[in-house]
Amino acid sequence: MSALEQEAVSVTTIRPGRQEALEVEIPTGKRRAVSLPLRRPGRRFRRLISPLVVLILWQLTHTFKLISELKLPPPSELATTGWNLIAHPIPAYGSLQGALVISTERFAVGFFFGAVVALILATAAGLSRIGEAAIDPLVQGLRTIPLFGLIPVFLVLFGIGDLPKILIVALAASVPLYLNTYSGIRSIDGKLFELGRVLGLTRSELLRNVVIPSALPQVLVGLRQSLGAAWLALVVAEQINANSGLGFMIIQAATFLRNDIIFVVLLVYTILGLITDWIVRRMERRTLAWRPDLVAQ
Amino acid sequence: MAARSGGPMSAATRDAAVIDERTELVPGKHVVDVRGLGRAFAGRSVLQGIDLQVNAGEIVALIGRSGSGKSTLLRILAGLDAEFTGHVEVDGRVAVAFQDARLLPWRRVRENVALGLRNDARNAIAEKELREVGLGDHLRSWPLTLSGGEAQRVSLARALVRDPNLMLLDEPFGALDALTRLEMHELVLALWKRRRPAILLVTHDVDEALALADRVVLLADGRIAHQERVVLDRPRQRENQDLVEKRIRLLTELGVHEKGAVL
Repeated sequence: MSALEQEAVSVTTIRPGRQEALEVEIPTGKRRAVSLPLRRPGRRFRRLISPLVVLILWQLTHTFKLISELKLPPPSELATTGWNLIAHPIPAYGSLQGALVISTERFAVGFFFGAVVALILATAAGLSRIGEAAIDPLVQGLRTIPLFGLIPVFLVLFGIGDLPKILIVALAASVPLYLNTYSGIRSIDGKLFELGRVLGLTRSELLRNVVIPSALPQVLVGLRQSLGAAWLALVVAEQINANSGLGFMIIQAATFLRNDIIFVVLLVYTILGLITDWIVRRMERRTLAWRPDLVAQ
Repeated sequence: MAARSGGPMSAATRDAAVIDERTELVPGKHVVDVRGLGRAFAGRSVLQGIDLQVNAGEIVALIGRSGSGKSTLLRILAGLDAEFTGHVEVDGRVAVAFQDARLLPWRRVRENVALGLRNDARNAIAEKELREVGLGDHLRSWPLTLSGGEAQRVSLARALVRDPNLMLLDEPFGALDALTRLEMHELVLALWKRRRPAILLVTHDVDEALALADRVVLLADGRIAHQERVVLDRPRQRENQDLVEKRIRLLTELGVHEKGAVL
């Protein structure tokens, strides 16, 4: 219980400023919307001020010719560059949307397989002694290998196509998710398994009602970590031995000293990362509605 | 040596007859039959030579100090501990309620009660039972929004949906405040009168035992050290002379010599 509550704090207080009004059930059984203080629109707007100031200062470096626009292109130029990459692509880089599709595909396929394998292995290792003995040493060993050291190995093994990039993403995604899921399952309160026995629950009922919901908060923490790791892995993997994708665009741009293009691509990566993070936070809010800090007192 | 329980009292026999008709148990058959039970943890004996029979519909309170082995005995009866020696027989449908209500916080109250039921009407059954324990308004509540007493009511409802003929209650009211505890006693008695399951109640509270039980079994150092039968209608008056005497005897057996305990 107390462990759960600590978990709750670590998971759900991450972005207090971004939370919205929740519909909560109060003890009388009636429903009503409760607005937490941090969710007022005014506060939300206030959080936008400092990023806007930075953007303006950035633009001013150009207005007053403080830094060469070749080194630090201003936001206005990035907008133009971005539009040109979309509307008038040239062969040296390809179109932004084309690169985006290719990179997103690599990410999605790699992340999906990495996550599925991690969840299966972690569940097996978490629930059975034999599984733990067989799987855990391998994964613990795997996590100590520097992931990016594998890129040249994968180049030799799999060439310069999509496969090595997908594998790197999958590996990067799987390790944090495995570790968190495994520890989430291991820290399930033994009393709940006892309850399951007393109630005569079947194995699948136990999995559905005890194991999964109990481990879920930690799994979601792992999911966020593995999303971050997987994006990072994609950026690196695409900058080596690639002939398409966002990372390839960065390498090409560096060759032609087009810092503006590099900035645009980095911005796209950032947006993609924010989107996946947002999805996980949505999942957290939906699946953890029962938690004490979300259930109004 | 541990005392072997004597023949059932008249009240218990009458209850047994009622339950026999309903559940078609063999007349005179015990719901719990324990003979020569022993349990040791790492060589240290926790239970020794326990003989205990519980009749259908009988309320037996198991009292003792911490570490007397009472919870171990209940866990063995609940099937949560198989490392014992001796003979243990538990008949029929058994339900357990723990001191911590042990609800799944991520399942709403009704789903907690319906947990493990497999027929189509599981939700309807759970709702009916929740109304019976006075929680008809909380079907869709999250367990973490409940008070301690409410959570224990849910736990009782979850036990009752199994229509048990034996309820094992492991200090279910131990963590509740005094007033809530009294309310829970009334509730348990009301439910018992309607359904007549046998109840084995583990408690360290002598007053609770005397208020509820047909028989109080006192465990000390892993043995049955003393037994008291209570043949009084419920609800019982705490000041009843018979109860006062029994309370003093039990407290003395527990090693408490409180002069103030007499009236």
